[in-house]
Amino acid sequence: MPTDFKPGCVRPKSTLAAAAAPADTAVAVVKEEIHVAKVGGLAPDFELAGYQQGGFKNFRLSEYRGKWVVLCFYPGDFTFV
Amino acid sequence: MAISTDSIYSHKIWNETELSKIVPGGVPFPLLSDSSGVVGGQYGVYNAATGTELRGRFLIDPDGIIQAYEVLAPSVGRNVEETIRQLQAFQTVRDSGGRVATPSGWQPGKPVLYPNPDLVGNVWQVWSVEEAF
Repeated sequence: MPTDFKPGCVRPKSTLAAAAAPADTAVAVVKEEIHVAKVGGLAPDFELAGYQQGGFKNFRLSEYRGKWVVLCFYPGDFTFV
Repeated sequence: MAISTDSIYSHKIWNETELSKIVPGGVPFPLLSDSSGVVGGQYGVYNAATGTELRGRFLIDPDGIIQAYEVLAPSVGRNVEETIRQLQAFQTVRDSGGRVATPSGWQPGKPVLYPNPDLVGNVWQVWSVEEAF
C-alpha cells in the first residue's frame, strides 16, 4: 500500500497518476487518462505525500480499489471549521 | 483521506497540537499534501488565486467511480452524518445489485424502493412526505 516517504527540504510534487506513467507511454495516451471529476466517472487517480499517525508516506488513490473512499479537500490546516 | 495544499510537515504539527486534542490520538486517516493544487484542479476544487482548495467531499466506490460530491465555501463545515448516510445508501444500492433505490430522507432501517413498471406513478402509495425527515 503506501510507500515510504523520505523527509527532506524539497516539497514533494503533487502527481496525477496518469502523468506518472512510464516515459515510453505515448503522450496522447497520457492525455486521455487525465479527466475532470464527475459523478459516474472514474475518480482522477493521484499520488501524494501524506502524514498518517506519526509517519510520512506516499499515497496513491487507486490502491484503495475494492474499498469505499471518502475524499475530503479542505482550505488548510488550522482553518477553524 | 483528507487533502489540502499545506505541507505534510504542517499536517503533522496540526495533528499533534490541535487535532489530537479533539480526537484522542489524532486523526486516523491520512492528511495528504497537494502543494501545487494539481489534484484539486482535477477535482474542480482548487482556487489558483488563493492557492487553496474548497471543502470538496467525494464518495468513491470500490470500482473507483465517483458516486457523489459536495463542495462548500471555506466558512461552512461539513455534516459528517450526511456523508455517512449517503455512504450507507450507496452501499445498500450496490449490495442489491442495483435492484433497489433509496427515497428522499432514507436512513438505514427505513424502507427502500424497488423500481419496476408497477411502481411508476404509484410512489405515493409507499412513500409519504414525513419520511423525508
